[in-house]
Amino acid sequence: MSDVNNSTTALEAERAEKEYSGPMLAADGTPLKRSLNKALRRQKLSALLLIAPLLIFVMVTFIAPIADMLFRSVENQIVSDTLPRTTTALEDWDAESGEIPQASVYKALYQDIFIAQERKLHTRLGSRLNYELTGASSLFRKSGRGVDDIGEVYQDQFENLNAFWKSGENWNEVLGSDAWLSDIKGWKENSGTPQPEFEMRDGIAEIFPQTASYYTIFADFVQNEDEDNLYEEDPWSLIYSVFYDDLTGDTASSIANYSGPGAAEIAEAAAAASSFETVEYKTAFAEIDKDWVATPIWETIRAYSPDFTNGYFLNSVDMQKSADGPEFRPENQRIYGTLFLRTLFMSMCITLSCILLGYPIGWILANLPARTANLLMILVLLPFWTSLLVRTSAWKVMLQQQGVVNDTLVWLGVVADDSRLALINNQTGTIIAMTHILLPFMILPLYSVMKTVPPSYLRAAKSLGATNWTAFWRVYFPQSVPGIGAGSILVFILSIGYYITPEIVGGTTGTFISNRIAYHISSSLNWGLAAALGAILLAVVLGLYYAYDKIVGIDNVKLGG
Amino acid sequence: MKFTTTLLASSAIVGAGTLALADAHGNMANEMTIVSWGGAYQNSQLKAYVEPYLEMHPEVSVIWDESSNEAVAKLRAMNEAGNITWDLVDVVAADAIRLCDEGLAMEYDPEELLAKGDDGSSAEDDFGDLIVSDCYIPQIVYSTTFGYRTDMVPDGVDAPDDICDVFDLETYPGKRALEKRPINNMEWALLCDGVAKDEVYDVLATPEGQEKALAKLDTIKDSVIWWSAGADTPQLLADGEVFMGSTYNGRLYSVIEEQDQPVGMMWDAQVFDLDGWIIPAGLEDAKLARVKDFIMFATDTKRLADQANYISYGPARQSSAPLVPEDMKQHMPTDPANAENTFLYNYAFWADYRDDIDAKFQSWLAQ
Repeated sequence: MSDVNNSTTALEAERAEKEYSGPMLAADGTPLKRSLNKALRRQKLSALLLIAPLLIFVMVTFIAPIADMLFRSVENQIVSDTLPRTTTALEDWDAESGEIPQASVYKALYQDIFIAQERKLHTRLGSRLNYELTGASSLFRKSGRGVDDIGEVYQDQFENLNAFWKSGENWNEVLGSDAWLSDIKGWKENSGTPQPEFEMRDGIAEIFPQTASYYTIFADFVQNEDEDNLYEEDPWSLIYSVFYDDLTGDTASSIANYSGPGAAEIAEAAAAASSFETVEYKTAFAEIDKDWVATPIWETIRAYSPDFTNGYFLNSVDMQKSADGPEFRPENQRIYGTLFLRTLFMSMCITLSCILLGYPIGWILANLPARTANLLMILVLLPFWTSLLVRTSAWKVMLQQQGVVNDTLVWLGVVADDSRLALINNQTGTIIAMTHILLPFMILPLYSVMKTVPPSYLRAAKSLGATNWTAFWRVYFPQSVPGIGAGSILVFILSIGYYITPEIVGGTTGTFISNRIAYHISSSLNWGLAAALGAILLAVVLGLYYAYDKIVGIDNVKLGG
Repeated sequence: MKFTTTLLASSAIVGAGTLALADAHGNMANEMTIVSWGGAYQNSQLKAYVEPYLEMHPEVSVIWDESSNEAVAKLRAMNEAGNITWDLVDVVAADAIRLCDEGLAMEYDPEELLAKGDDGSSAEDDFGDLIVSDCYIPQIVYSTTFGYRTDMVPDGVDAPDDICDVFDLETYPGKRALEKRPINNMEWALLCDGVAKDEVYDVLATPEGQEKALAKLDTIKDSVIWWSAGADTPQLLADGEVFMGSTYNGRLYSVIEEQDQPVGMMWDAQVFDLDGWIIPAGLEDAKLARVKDFIMFATDTKRLADQANYISYGPARQSSAPLVPEDMKQHMPTDPANAENTFLYNYAFWADYRDDIDAKFQSWLAQ
């Protein structure tokens, strides 16, 4: 009876299980799918942890620098960082009017350049703007020297009025808070403790807003960049000019309420200031250089004042910014378009000649007995072990007009002595030398693919009646295509970025875009332009890779096996 | 006012200098990384002042880095990375100006850093105009000039002795080697296109002048091999690839005197340029103290004159000139017989026009 009962419950349970339509459960009762996912995730995570060191290494040493370099192609903070007041003031200027900017711009320019030259940044901005406007470099260098004289007009008048204004200590007594003053007086320069950070006296910023703000900049510079004792430092001549502005400006009426240190001297100065000789900033800059009272420099500063610019990219496709938007550069300054096309064309030529030379060698290597093949393989690899420069220079000796090849041809009577072939310092030279250098990159993948094609296929084709050519073309060649694909991608991408060899043997017609990139990185220091050219080159390569994938299929590429 | 500021500033610098020196004797770095050009030039520096200095200070070791031709880019990269590994860098004047502009080189005070001349003249007077930048410590004057194959001069024609012979393909047929950049070539082209010497840069500043120079260069473009490394022209001359070519006079000296090649010098319209030291900005105190100590020694009258024993470049100090050995004088670019018609590289002009003219020049080359 109990047996019967037991079997019925077992049957019922079986039936219940069959009717159970929910997810399949794992041993611990969680749905199987979830538990599988969990296990997979754990596996993936541990796999990721295993490769993490490599991944981080690649990110830090490869991806990050490239990203940083590419970012430079649009980055342009230098203008607004160095001339913050000028670029703000310039926003009101109507560039189309053909007039030079209003007076306030020149005043802002004075203040910006003064601070920039103290921090030695003005010449850096000059070299940056010189890429866009010839002459900007010396204009900024000259102006950096000239701005001292502008502020000294006020400085001299204040100092002649009262010697009180000569000393930095007095300025600090007036502007610094009592707490800071007692700290700084107790501070010893070589004591090792940091200099007490400057603190403005309460109320100064309301009565002398500009003096307060520029003195803060001055204090920050002295304490943190020059690392001098601020208390003993005499203020910049710029401080005198803004102090004059405060004494004669909107807040002048509240000066009477001031009762802190130096109140008597300030009152005296306020009374005298109205009769001070003033500076016409525009005239002062016109005296430094007449380019400041012409529009080109202002248009350039304005065009390049945003934090990001497309200027470098325009430049790298032979265009430039102008008042009416981007336009092509004059014919005699266009170069990059030609160079891009030439780079692509010559890289293709090099890839083709590598295929033509590499295919038979790969075939021979794959079909010779192992011992002979290994010997030949060493010959293929030998150039890999020789310095690139040595190989390239050797081509110079071979190909020049008084070189080995020409001498031999003349001796054989193939060419006349006075019409020796020009084989170097042109495109021919670059193609010859680079084909030689890149050939192993074609032979190796070809060889490893051909090695896997069983010789019996060819024999089978022939025994079925195919001619030699048909057997090769219909049976053998299609199986070697993945090797050609892999070799071509390697050779093409390598050659597109080559620059040492074209520089040495390319003359003027055989150089690549990479030569200009190298020039801008190491000689002209125009890293933004170099980055833009590099970004375009990278985009072209990725584009070609994508096209290759669509047409041939990247699965069809084999490096071996 | 200006005077007092300068006075104050210089006394502040002198004050800081004595402080640094006092600190220095106790605490000078014993390792110094010097960047130079390699080759014969670096060797002349080694023989003339680095080895003597090391003899006086056996505790010091010097590491050479032969990166001068890309010093500007590398220093900028080091500066951005915040890790300057060089202590003293040998660069040409144009690069020094750029490094100074970029804030990558240290400004210095000649009177504090450099020794007085042997004749008692102050360092500032002794170097004179050659201190072309506040950061630059000149060592030598070199020149870019022409060498020609003596055996390729056509029969019955005088050897070339005029810059315009370079442009005269009829009298002097054969290939020329010129540097693959506009600097110097543009000036020579204008000179031979009838522009007066003192107007060359005024003309070159205008687009028409630049066109004119390129048009003149166009007349010989097909016969020119463009070089980019200083060793190219000597090799091309030695192999008989070119008839005449421009390069640094020291390179030609070694082709003629040391390798005994049939090559002659044509000094006409040679362009003077300078080579010298800069100290990277932001050196640690101990390293800076060592560098200053070395510079004081290495740029004094005797040491600069000694350098001329090893290479045919003229010392940058006037007081060194009389000490240069007699047999070397005739090879110096500054020797009166060689310096009848000379140019001084116009740094200010090229700092401004380099980017613009280079774009045109490269575009012209690529055509």
